[in-house]
Amino acid sequence: MDVFSSLMDGFATALTPMNFLYAVIGVLLGTAVGVLPGLGPAMTVALLLPVTYVLEPTSAFIMFAGIYYGGMYGGSTTSILLNTPGESSSVVTAIEGNKMAKAGRAAQALATAAIGSFVAGTIGTALLAVFAPIVVKFAVSLGSPSYFAIMVLALLAVTAVLGSSRLRGFASLGLGLAIGLVGIDSVTGQRRLTFGQPLLADGLDIVVVAVAIFAVGEALWVAAHLRRNPLQVIPVGRPWMGKQDWKRSWKPWLRGTAFGFPFGALPAGGAEIPTFLSYVTEKRLSKHPEEFGHGAIEGVAGPEAANNAAAAGTMTPLLALGLPTNATAAVMLAAFTSYGIQPGPQLFSSQGPLVWALIASLFIGNFLLLIINLPLAPLWAKLLQLPRPYLYAGILFFATLGAYSVNLQAFDLVLLLVLGALGFMMRRFGLPVLPLILGVILGPRIEGQLRKTLQLSAGDPAGLWSEPIAIGVYIIIAIILIWPLLFKLIRRNRPATSLLSPNATRGNEPTDVARGNVTHGSQRGDATTDGDGDGDG
Amino acid sequence: MTIVVGYVPTPEGEAALTQAIAEARKTDTTLLVINSSKGDALVDNRYAQEPEIQGIEERLATQGIKHVIKQPVRGHDAAAEVLDAAEEHNAELIVIGLRRRSPVGKLIMGSVSQRILLEADCPVLAVKAN
Repeated sequence: MDVFSSLMDGFATALTPMNFLYAVIGVLLGTAVGVLPGLGPAMTVALLLPVTYVLEPTSAFIMFAGIYYGGMYGGSTTSILLNTPGESSSVVTAIEGNKMAKAGRAAQALATAAIGSFVAGTIGTALLAVFAPIVVKFAVSLGSPSYFAIMVLALLAVTAVLGSSRLRGFASLGLGLAIGLVGIDSVTGQRRLTFGQPLLADGLDIVVVAVAIFAVGEALWVAAHLRRNPLQVIPVGRPWMGKQDWKRSWKPWLRGTAFGFPFGALPAGGAEIPTFLSYVTEKRLSKHPEEFGHGAIEGVAGPEAANNAAAAGTMTPLLALGLPTNATAAVMLAAFTSYGIQPGPQLFSSQGPLVWALIASLFIGNFLLLIINLPLAPLWAKLLQLPRPYLYAGILFFATLGAYSVNLQAFDLVLLLVLGALGFMMRRFGLPVLPLILGVILGPRIEGQLRKTLQLSAGDPAGLWSEPIAIGVYIIIAIILIWPLLFKLIRRNRPATSLLSPNATRGNEPTDVARGNVTHGSQRGDATTDGDGDGDG
Repeated sequence: MTIVVGYVPTPEGEAALTQAIAEARKTDTTLLVINSSKGDALVDNRYAQEPEIQGIEERLATQGIKHVIKQPVRGHDAAAEVLDAAEEHNAELIVIGLRRRSPVGKLIMGSVSQRILLEADCPVLAVKAN
């Protein structure tokens, strides 16, 4: 019962008035940015990174976790009431949710989304509390070669699996790794990519990079697309559910959780794939398949549960391995580093109280979110009437303040603008933001593990596959990289197959359409919001 | 010659439209319906959506009124759009709906109606919601 007593200690820490206050601030902020398309938790956490200089680590992480969970809740409100996903993870919710709202069942859609998120978030957090220590036990035995392999897997998987174009993904990853390289080589002391500029010798601060790509890039993008025909929010009363709705919702919630958690925990899982899988599953299992496409409550309940469970799943590799699998987690990893806390398997032993307080705060945050979202969803939707010039002016102000406060160097503001322009260009040309941010944050850590491995093996590259786990991971990487080739081969054989069984092909059609939707959404998410990588926030 | 009406999907806007239809029928002139938004927010409840516009279209068509419906989204406020349209089409009359506003609210938000009343070059007919 070690886990249980640690968790209770965590609750004691998280429920102190100050920490509780930060949890409340976190969930309020998170819901707000979740509701607003274009803003996401990753951008918000990046903007708030400078507060880590004054806040205690525990309070800061409690707030960040609240923002992360809150973003997942808020995204569904926009999806349902506006048919514009607030986050890329709510793209699937919009399919049925908006249909329900148009049919006058917005209240039920909002309720099943909020309660499903609560159920999934709570189960997911419980799974996190149980599994993270187990993963840690396993992870402690890993050496540098295995770490290197796992991190490479995470980078490649995020780049190759998510998003619509591998080429764009790898271009973005390359940019991120290059930005991560700037500065003095830690082993030999050589200057890399500093262009003779002494101010670059310390490397680019992650706050400046993250704020520039997420906030400045997004603000420029919005400024370039300011005029668009406004929409109307579907009017809705207080969310509630009838008996029939409960009956039809609880199974999708549990199945969504089962999809979401493992996918969130995997590198490259993200929240988009499980929400999509959950939608397809519910469609197949539903007793009311004719309602799908016209507002089936299962199609809202399942995906919404899946994205919250995925959020909890994401925390597992972050806390147990120091491995972020989406943009928000990556920025939180940067926050750990800025506190001088070494993320990785040692985290649970060296920072036990912090980690358990963080996990406890996830339970509390979930509960708070249910309370503020269930009765207040229509109020949150009012945020969408905010004129965007005011909103983005405020964001740019905080972005500038944050970037300057890191080193009190005017040079950082130049970097902010240059990287912000890069962020704008990436959105313009459809490059996903997530690989870049993971490259910047994981790049130096990967390099550290690589150098360590090579030093241990005295420069012999064979040291890279000296551990069995490393070999296994390399095989997975090979499969991921070769998969598109295989896929093409299968495709080539397909016309023959489809002639033989036209019915089967037709059966697949709706799936393809739905998937097209998802990739588009996730790309928009990556490109527009995500900010989040996990959201078109 | 035309009659310009500033339309918003509210009781005031409906009243203005009804009055404008009556005027247009009386003089058999073209009715120009303006419903605009600055377009800088994602949601603007004063910008009529497709079904509403279709409803108006049908209503005008069945009553046999020559009409044009415009929904400019150019970043100008509603007053500027209505005044622009009136000038461009050489309007003989502008019809607008008035709503009650507290003095403080008017101080902070300004008043679209007031601007139209003061700046229009043609007669302005202001109606209230019943």
